[in-house]
Amino acid sequence: MNDIAISVENLAKQYKIGLANKRHDTLRDFVAGGLRSLFNRNIPNKFAGSQRSPSSETFWALKDVTFNVHSGETIGFIGRNGAGKSTLLKILSRITEPTSGVAKIHGRVASLLEVGTGFHGELTGRENIYLNGAILGMQKREIERKFDEIVDFAEVEKFIETPVKRYSSGMYLRLAFAVAAHLEPEILIVDEVLAVGDASFQKKCLSKMHTVGKEGRTVLFVSHNLSAVTSLCQRAIWLNQGEVISDGASQQTVSEYLNSGLLMIAQQEWPDAAVAPGNDIVRVRAMRLRAEDGRSTDVIDIREAVAFEIEFEVLKPGHVLVPVIGLEKDDGFCVFVSHDRDTEWRRCARPAGYFTSTVYIPGNFLSEGRFVIGAGIITEVPFRVHFDVNPAVAFQVIDSFDGDAARGDLAGQMPGVIRPLLKWSNRFMPDQLQSAVH
Amino acid sequence: MAKAHSSSLITLTEPTVLIQARRHLFDLDLAGIWAYRELLYFLVWRDLKVRYKQTLIGTGWVVIQPLMTMAIFTVIFGNFAKIPSDGLPYPIFSYAALLPWNLFSSSLNRGGESVVNNANLVTKIYFPRLILPLSSVLSPMADFAIAFVILIGMMIWFGIAPTVGILMLPIFVILAICTALAMGLWLAALNVRYRDVRYTIPFLIQIWMFASPVAYPVSMVPEKWRWLYSLNPMAGVIEGFRWALLGNQSPDFSVMAISATVVMGLLAAGMVYFKQMERTFADEM
Repeated sequence: MNDIAISVENLAKQYKIGLANKRHDTLRDFVAGGLRSLFNRNIPNKFAGSQRSPSSETFWALKDVTFNVHSGETIGFIGRNGAGKSTLLKILSRITEPTSGVAKIHGRVASLLEVGTGFHGELTGRENIYLNGAILGMQKREIERKFDEIVDFAEVEKFIETPVKRYSSGMYLRLAFAVAAHLEPEILIVDEVLAVGDASFQKKCLSKMHTVGKEGRTVLFVSHNLSAVTSLCQRAIWLNQGEVISDGASQQTVSEYLNSGLLMIAQQEWPDAAVAPGNDIVRVRAMRLRAEDGRSTDVIDIREAVAFEIEFEVLKPGHVLVPVIGLEKDDGFCVFVSHDRDTEWRRCARPAGYFTSTVYIPGNFLSEGRFVIGAGIITEVPFRVHFDVNPAVAFQVIDSFDGDAARGDLAGQMPGVIRPLLKWSNRFMPDQLQSAVH
Repeated sequence: MAKAHSSSLITLTEPTVLIQARRHLFDLDLAGIWAYRELLYFLVWRDLKVRYKQTLIGTGWVVIQPLMTMAIFTVIFGNFAKIPSDGLPYPIFSYAALLPWNLFSSSLNRGGESVVNNANLVTKIYFPRLILPLSSVLSPMADFAIAFVILIGMMIWFGIAPTVGILMLPIFVILAICTALAMGLWLAALNVRYRDVRYTIPFLIQIWMFASPVAYPVSMVPEKWRWLYSLNPMAGVIEGFRWALLGNQSPDFSVMAISATVVMGLLAAGMVYFKQMERTFADEM
């Protein structure tokens, strides 16, 4: 069981800046650039500058990444948006090529970078199971053999002959995940699949992933859900700006990640809309945490309320958009999730323009320690995630020892992720005591 | 249990895969395409299913489209312009040409759009990318087969018997497909980087049609330009169809051999170019 499943040596990937936002060139550029551009313009050049430098038009999404994965290991990849996690998985899935370096993979790979890849709305559930299965690498007779199991898992028996465009988003996701869950590769690569769907769906995915891990398969798993990483993976690798910062037991890596100085963030801004997280409907422009007096902060007194703001720009009008936040303890434990229920915009399509959505977290609520807020904008029906930034902000709650918070005059440890100042009352009943003595 | 079934997964053809920047220009990974033949089948199947599912009369369009074109050609070119048709009834003269022409033009059209239209697959899943243009040039074969049945009906109606040249028909069909694939590979790869390509494809097809003997006979082309004209592989294919089915004058096989050689060269170069470009497909979409 201890043989190497994946070995990665000095893997590096260079991207042209602007490739992602300026989607494609025009023929005019091509004619101007001459025929030499016809063949491969991304010539590896390691000396093009380590990070985004104005003189070069390239940046390294991955730099000299080296690690081994033993077969049967479940390994999580963590890091901020743009740290290179997805690029790494794309290279290991053979979707894109590394610029330099080598990765060796021993065993059959299935990669699940999205659920329902290749699903077609016009096709029925049955037809999509076959199509999606084939796309994920299953053979026809294998799909036939597992067909009933897949339908069972997805709970869509009654609608199996219905085009999936008529499915609810929940049914659609269940069916898509069911097909993927019945793949039987030796190495499974999963990216953020759990970021979609409702709670019960996520639970189902997680328990299926647990089973897969227990069957001795190698699993590579990228997630922003740090508690999922600690519960599913024995080992975690933390990537930052394309480099491996830490590689070790998942608990340890996660807490290192959360305790790193990198992770005290009072605010983030995206001055350039083109590279801000989002899509052509909505893009985030800023996220910040404000104390009661309005200043942006990452340290909060336990008694103080705090406001979290999401500034976003609606580019395409006519969509119902719901800002959401998730608040996590520094070990990845999710304290709560909250969706914007402001009645003014509830179920209302938003016009194009700039919005600021603010959520207030009361004082005397969170316990002391580090917390992380992840935030995004979704549409609830049909379910769609427009963007999801995690961590959006990270902050420290400090307890006061003035005696007027929940801690009172206690000086020692006080466990718990929340520390509300609850109402207590006392009644003194001297008569009852007397009757008991009688 | 996991081990017992894992052999059925076709994601990898060999147990160990080396991932690194591709170095060899001529590494076409044809074995990979063979390993993914079921995906090829399912993509063609999806294409056909989806195409006829939402339309009111489904496969009827496969028949109506060439018949309508034939009717328009007959009225405009046959009756008004009085273009000669080598002594054949104009409707069957043009229909016999529209059959391979439509096969070619829709293969080329689909092939050129194949990678861009499947961006969601290319950015999320590994498979040999050549499968995409391959599947899109294959799916019009089904339309061709249906439209062919109508041609047989028309031949019976007009009392025309095919010649022994009918044995050559598969070769003409293969040449048409290869020509479409050769061009389609170049266009599909260029389309990812230069989206203007999408708008040039209909033009290309239109110009190509006028340069092919679809609405008129080759005998109308001046003798001294005939050899140049015949280098267009579709000219040979269409002439070949008329010769095999309607007993027309046979195409010049020596010129056809030259254009077939050019097509094969273009196809091989197209594959190399496509393989070279596919390395950045996922990054550019």
